[in-house]
Amino acid sequence: MNHLQCLEAEAIHIMREVISETSNPVMLYSSGKDSAVMLHLAKKAFYPSLPPFPLMHIDTTWKFQEMYKLRDKVDKNSGMKLIVYQNPEAKEEGINPFDHGALHTDMWKTEGLKQALDKYSFDVAFGGARRDEEKSRAKERIFSFRSSQHRWESKTQRPELWSIYNAHKSKGESIRVFPLSNWTELDIWQYIHLENIEIVSLYFARPRPTVERDGLILMVDDNRFPLNEGEEPEVRSIRFRTLGCYPLTGAVLSEATTLTEVIQETLLTTKSERYGRVIDKNQGTSMEVKKQQGYF
Amino acid sequence: MIDKIYKADILIKQDIKAYLQMHQNKSLLRFITCGSVDDGKSTLIGRLLYDSKMIFEDQLAQLKVESKKTGVQGQEIDFALLVDGLNAEREQGITIDVAYRYFYTKKRKFIVADTPGHEQYTRNMVTGASNAQLAVILIDARKGVLTQTRRHSYVCHLLGIKNFILAINKMDLVDYDQVTFDAIVSDYKNFADSIGIEKFITIPISCLKGDNIAALSTKTKWYNGSTMLTYLEDVKILQNKGVGRNFHMPVQWVNRPNQNFRGFSGKIVAGTIKPGDKVRILPSGKTSHIDRIVTYNGDLNQAVCNQSITLTLKDEVDCSRGQIIVSASSSLKSADQFDTMLIWMDDKTLIPGRSYYLKIGTETVSAIVSKLKYKINVNTMEKIAAKTLKQNDISIVNVTTDRSIPFIPYNEDRALGGFILIDKITNATVGAGLINFALRRANNIHLQALDVTREYRAKLKNQKPAVIWMTGLSGSGKSSIANAVEKKLLQMKRHTFILDGDNVRLGLNKDLGFTNTDRVENIRRVGQVAKLMTDAGLIVIAAFISPFQSERDMVREMMDSNEFFEVFIDTPLSVAEERDVKGLYAQARSGQIKNFTGIDSPYEIPKNPNIHIKTIDLTIDEAAEQILKEIISQINM
Repeated sequence: MNHLQCLEAEAIHIMREVISETSNPVMLYSSGKDSAVMLHLAKKAFYPSLPPFPLMHIDTTWKFQEMYKLRDKVDKNSGMKLIVYQNPEAKEEGINPFDHGALHTDMWKTEGLKQALDKYSFDVAFGGARRDEEKSRAKERIFSFRSSQHRWESKTQRPELWSIYNAHKSKGESIRVFPLSNWTELDIWQYIHLENIEIVSLYFARPRPTVERDGLILMVDDNRFPLNEGEEPEVRSIRFRTLGCYPLTGAVLSEATTLTEVIQETLLTTKSERYGRVIDKNQGTSMEVKKQQGYF
Repeated sequence: MIDKIYKADILIKQDIKAYLQMHQNKSLLRFITCGSVDDGKSTLIGRLLYDSKMIFEDQLAQLKVESKKTGVQGQEIDFALLVDGLNAEREQGITIDVAYRYFYTKKRKFIVADTPGHEQYTRNMVTGASNAQLAVILIDARKGVLTQTRRHSYVCHLLGIKNFILAINKMDLVDYDQVTFDAIVSDYKNFADSIGIEKFITIPISCLKGDNIAALSTKTKWYNGSTMLTYLEDVKILQNKGVGRNFHMPVQWVNRPNQNFRGFSGKIVAGTIKPGDKVRILPSGKTSHIDRIVTYNGDLNQAVCNQSITLTLKDEVDCSRGQIIVSASSSLKSADQFDTMLIWMDDKTLIPGRSYYLKIGTETVSAIVSKLKYKINVNTMEKIAAKTLKQNDISIVNVTTDRSIPFIPYNEDRALGGFILIDKITNATVGAGLINFALRRANNIHLQALDVTREYRAKLKNQKPAVIWMTGLSGSGKSSIANAVEKKLLQMKRHTFILDGDNVRLGLNKDLGFTNTDRVENIRRVGQVAKLMTDAGLIVIAAFISPFQSERDMVREMMDSNEFFEVFIDTPLSVAEERDVKGLYAQARSGQIKNFTGIDSPYEIPKNPNIHIKTIDLTIDEAAEQILKEIISQINM
């Protein structure tokens, strides 16, 4: 078997272990490329049955419009239940990335996720995180145990040997499971290519309205984007390597309109995948701190 | 420096489709780096990523800033910061937990596990080694073979790694001296021979300067071998002898989308399978033939080792999670007692006799460590007698499972020879076991099927058997309440028997003391006696301090469901101590008695007792009444 077939078989094995050993799992779904791969693997793992768990979108209300479109399409066509959760406090306070900085991610994503997991009593949440994305992720187990407060204790992780996963936990505790742990960005692209998986067109270059902020090219995805006086969005041919909230996600200038061209550009770039993500930059270990607080 | 950052393959630019085709067909190699603290493990990985051009501009820029701030390499880049991803690691400059890193060259994709060197993190190193096919053992040329070098080599060897690269690092600091290199190699060879590592490759390197990592160094002209990267790309992975012959697939999940389809999903751990093949299901031994190999991309004509598939069978045979589908010719055996290498990983000590969950393949059973034969001093390989195991101890033990499980000795097959132990209360992964061989002892003792059933015996007594298990501190009132309960039951013409802690310790268990290990064995024996008495149809009233939840749960598991009632006789320590009927608390306080529950030995309060008696508010008679009220419906026919 080649390395992609090995990774696929491993991810399927992980998903089946979760289904067999836990009572109420959910798969987080964001309409990004990793989510698309996760959903595809889930279909494969349980075929001819449908994946025996719901999908859940932790919505920040600030995602790209195209992501919402794909999400709604998945909701209609997958045959799986899709839960959309928005943190009601964040909604009420009008938390947004322009005025509230780090609080935006904290309230909508971290708190939203914790609230949703508690509300539906999910004991396992599948996430699409990969170890090659970030240094603290590289340290995380595939079955990542969380306390009843959703905390990740990096110093006391359970040993994880062979492919024997320990899914035992007490009431209130939960496990985040990462079937794509051993995949790299290139593996994801190549798998999408080989399996012909649908992804949002934001990953392909198109002329889009943009402005520059702090060295990042941001897309003006709707009229909530506060423009400076006299500022006109400039149309540039851009695409995205990674997708989050649109005001926090930097684009790359690109002419790559097909998947193979995108892969080609990705392989030729000299910048890392998360380069365009504002969230990782605050300090060297900002992801670790977020994860301890319950972020994915 | 700039040319060293991520630089893409020329084929990517010229023919991306050809490149993708080539990349797709790369094989995967998982390896582990280990060695002593400061031997340069993390630096090696940083260097491999750097030299295989997997570090991006922004990552390098961030690395440079951090190197100046927290790095230990002065003005040079501190590659260790690339892998030491946790705050605590960066602050202390050490590796605590295993980190996984990914890179690829023209020939292979690599997953590297960077593992900690310190002894207190051995369990994390074991995690990294368990999936590795190759180990890179690093040695500081100035220091030679150290205790940790030996321990790590031994752990890798134990966990079944067959390919070793001995990389003698920091050659720049010994002027690339061949004599130094040869001396270390010879030293290591003696050690490797002694523990059974059959062969290893040696390379002189400098992770910091890059010598012999990606390019051959001009400073080690005396060295005729290849670079580290070339070895990693070309090395042929040695297989375990048991893998590859017969088909084995532990069933993970029964796939039932509708009434017309029943498939068995799992990942093949050995052999190949085709439709029509005759198979057996273990441990039941039932046979059938493969009907289809079902996947999302269509049915397959054949499936091979490591594939995740769904099988359907030609016959309606009973098969569920935990069972193993094997080719009919497979010699896979089942057993319930094993001689096992056990690596203890929990900060609580192992107590022989305590019941743990054992997970092997997709099966989870209850198991006890029935005998601790000896510990191994991993620094000297000496065998040491031991009563308990502490975190990171490696030992040889007997493990007994509550039912037979199919297995293969670990040195023949990792997939069906390795297991983990899980604490039933904390749910932590507390041990890793490698099965050496099955002990045949139990095979001659078959459970005698009795003509007179336990139901018949109970019916004759016009009752349902039960165990009323009173737990609580010494002097809490267990014995008095037990007596009161028994009297009331006798008045109701029930057949009862009291098992009392003090009485049992004078007879059946007079060989046992009050250490944790002996307390566990005490309760296990009492549990077995209570079990026999329920088989005889009796209502057993047991009064034991039984301070540990896991032992109370162990007894519960021995009984049929709904036959066990955990009664918590809840008397505060201060009250029990004030009563001090037997004068024991006074002696414990003055140090005359050791390991006294509540004083210098713990009492674990029952989490979910069936009945909770708060003695402060009740007379003995009231307490007995309350217990009877709770159980009466369960013991009536």
